[in-house]
Amino acid sequence: MRSRNILVLGFIILLALVAVYIAAPIEHPTWVKNLLFWQQPPEYRSLEFKQGLDLRGGTQVLLQAKPAAGQRITAADMEAARVIVERRVNALGLTEPLVQIQGENRIIVEMPGVDNPDQAVQTLKNTGQLEFVEIGPSVNSPYPRIEQGSYVRTTNNDRVPAEEELGKTSHPYPDVVFKTVMTGRELKNATVILDQYGKPGIGFELTDAGAKIFGDYTREHVGDILAIVLDNVVLSAPRIQTAITEGRGEITGQFARAEAESLAVQMRYGALPVPLEVVNRRTIGATLGADSVQASITAGLMAALALLIYATLNLAIYKLVPITLTLPGIAGFLLSTGMAVDANILIFERMKEELRWGRPLRSALEAGFTRAWTSIFDSNFSTLITCAILIMFGRTFGAQAVLGFALNLAIGVTVSMFTAVIVTRTFLRAIFQGERSEALREKRWVLGF
Amino acid sequence: MFRIVEHRRWYFLLSLLIIVPGLIAMIYSTATVGRPFKVAIDFTGGAIWELSFDQPILPTDLREIFVNAGLTDTDVTTVGDGKTAQVRLKPIDEDQKVALMAAIKAKYGANVSEVQFALVGPAIGSEVTQAAILAVFAASIAITIFLVIAFRKVPHPVRYGVSAVIGMVHDILVTLGIFSVLSILLGWEADALLLTALLTVISFSVQDKIVVFDRIRENTAKYRGELFRVIVNRSLLETLHRSLATQLNALFIMAALLIFGGATIRQFIAVMFIGLISGTYSSIFNAVPILVSWEERDLLGTKNVGATSA
Repeated sequence: MRSRNILVLGFIILLALVAVYIAAPIEHPTWVKNLLFWQQPPEYRSLEFKQGLDLRGGTQVLLQAKPAAGQRITAADMEAARVIVERRVNALGLTEPLVQIQGENRIIVEMPGVDNPDQAVQTLKNTGQLEFVEIGPSVNSPYPRIEQGSYVRTTNNDRVPAEEELGKTSHPYPDVVFKTVMTGRELKNATVILDQYGKPGIGFELTDAGAKIFGDYTREHVGDILAIVLDNVVLSAPRIQTAITEGRGEITGQFARAEAESLAVQMRYGALPVPLEVVNRRTIGATLGADSVQASITAGLMAALALLIYATLNLAIYKLVPITLTLPGIAGFLLSTGMAVDANILIFERMKEELRWGRPLRSALEAGFTRAWTSIFDSNFSTLITCAILIMFGRTFGAQAVLGFALNLAIGVTVSMFTAVIVTRTFLRAIFQGERSEALREKRWVLGF
Repeated sequence: MFRIVEHRRWYFLLSLLIIVPGLIAMIYSTATVGRPFKVAIDFTGGAIWELSFDQPILPTDLREIFVNAGLTDTDVTTVGDGKTAQVRLKPIDEDQKVALMAAIKAKYGANVSEVQFALVGPAIGSEVTQAAILAVFAASIAITIFLVIAFRKVPHPVRYGVSAVIGMVHDILVTLGIFSVLSILLGWEADALLLTALLTVISFSVQDKIVVFDRIRENTAKYRGELFRVIVNRSLLETLHRSLATQLNALFIMAALLIFGGATIRQFIAVMFIGLISGTYSSIFNAVPILVSWEERDLLGTKNVGATSA
């Protein structure tokens, strides 16, 4: 019994130290992030709080699929649309944008710190255009700086992009208009294939008209580079190896499997598979957010001080999940600290009663926990039910405020049950362990009795 | 022993005194504007555009721009020093918005900046409304079922469920009633966060009741032969300390949020503050006394006036 308690005590202290370390506002070494987020791609391995738009300022848009009469939207359509929207958002060069599918036919887009929200929203809704573009010979190429991700002007769309629109996208040849050989309209299908060495590539099929154009063109341009371009951004710039007359071709190159898959999706659905319309939109000025952060942090510190372990555990969870912090989210967190206090009050009140009824201290201590537990569990469970309903509500409508509040409250309630029962009990046992009963009586002050 | 449940008619009266004005406000409001309280664009659809200018402006001047663009159903108010304007209008698309902004800048100079802009499509607005009502019902039913299951071993588990639901309805009515009054007086608008506050109030209210019920459950087994009303009184007193400590704690947190927490969630916190007080009150003074009323078939506790505890 005793050695087990020491074990649990050690575990709690370790847990607390790890939580403090994760929650601390310091620069964490890369290996820690790699260890904690091993299942995530490297760019998502961040140990920073995710701040919601109301705290950072920015624009949130809820897009809804608007299918043509008779068209049915599948989950695959929505996923394809999300990939395309995400690519467009990424092209804006914002820090930590968010693109997520909400419910069955909606996509939520959060663009923090976007300078020109009106134009950005317009960009998102555009239906994309896939093109095959002539770049010229691959040996002694006149345009060596054309690579994946470059912006090119084409005869199909020779618009000169604005500086802010480009963001991080390079635009190596702003004065050149490249010739569009064929548009995505002639593309029938594109899938991932593996060559004889097991390397992934993309196989595509063309319509009859496309096969004709492509056959004529490739016969005359073997060895040249033909770029595949979506919304004027180069997806891939492969070399024409042989004439493609059958209406089927392959693009090979140094692709990772995932890369090839995403490229195939983008080729297939160059245009959005379904038109999107804006059904909900919010822009929040950054100054409004900054004020609120300051104000909320003041309030938060005051409340959190009392429950240090509890709070750090929560904060660590927020970073790990990760949970996006919003104002209502912070409110949910603070309220849940109230739950943690409540659980402790229930236990301590119960212990005092058991003592008053003449139980010896140590058994009063244990009884306090077992008896209070039914109350704590039953009462917190009803809160969890409500949170679950609110989370479903928030998810469907992209109501991030509701979602944030409910998620934070639910995490807080769960953690509070853990801290109240495991952490408090272990601490109390450690204090009272192994003492003789006379010495115990003098320690009653610990319980305030 | 201090007797609580015997005086229940006075507590019910106090509840009525708070609920009835709220109901009147809701009825008045429904009669005049068609809804029990002002409703934000979350539920109706529409747009809110907050703009800040480098000089004080007149709402009517700004409104003219919108009317000229064909948006006659536009409402403009200025906030604070008159340099910030809130514009409420029908949903507009990006092109309209750009054109309107150009017109505004043409009139007031280039130093106009957008503080915030929110747009909710009308279809999604009504969908949100339906889902909100559904959420409240689903939460209430799920909690009632949970209560009946949790208390299945005590005699009459349904009574506990129903009493908790009555307490819950009490809290909803108090919260919405006061909200309706504040909506008329201060122009508060119900948004998605009001729904969140309401559901939180419900779950906190039930949480509070469960703690007392749990004690009654335990004491019923412990003090067999005692009158139910005495057991209930005892349970109330035993848990009173905890109820007050917990509620005061939560109220302190919310007071801190109200004072320091920034303007955007002030209304949300205020609603929760009201609901929480109501929740504590309805646990001690409504839900638990109703259990006794039911046991004794005596709603107002008038039959046993003066009777001493056993």
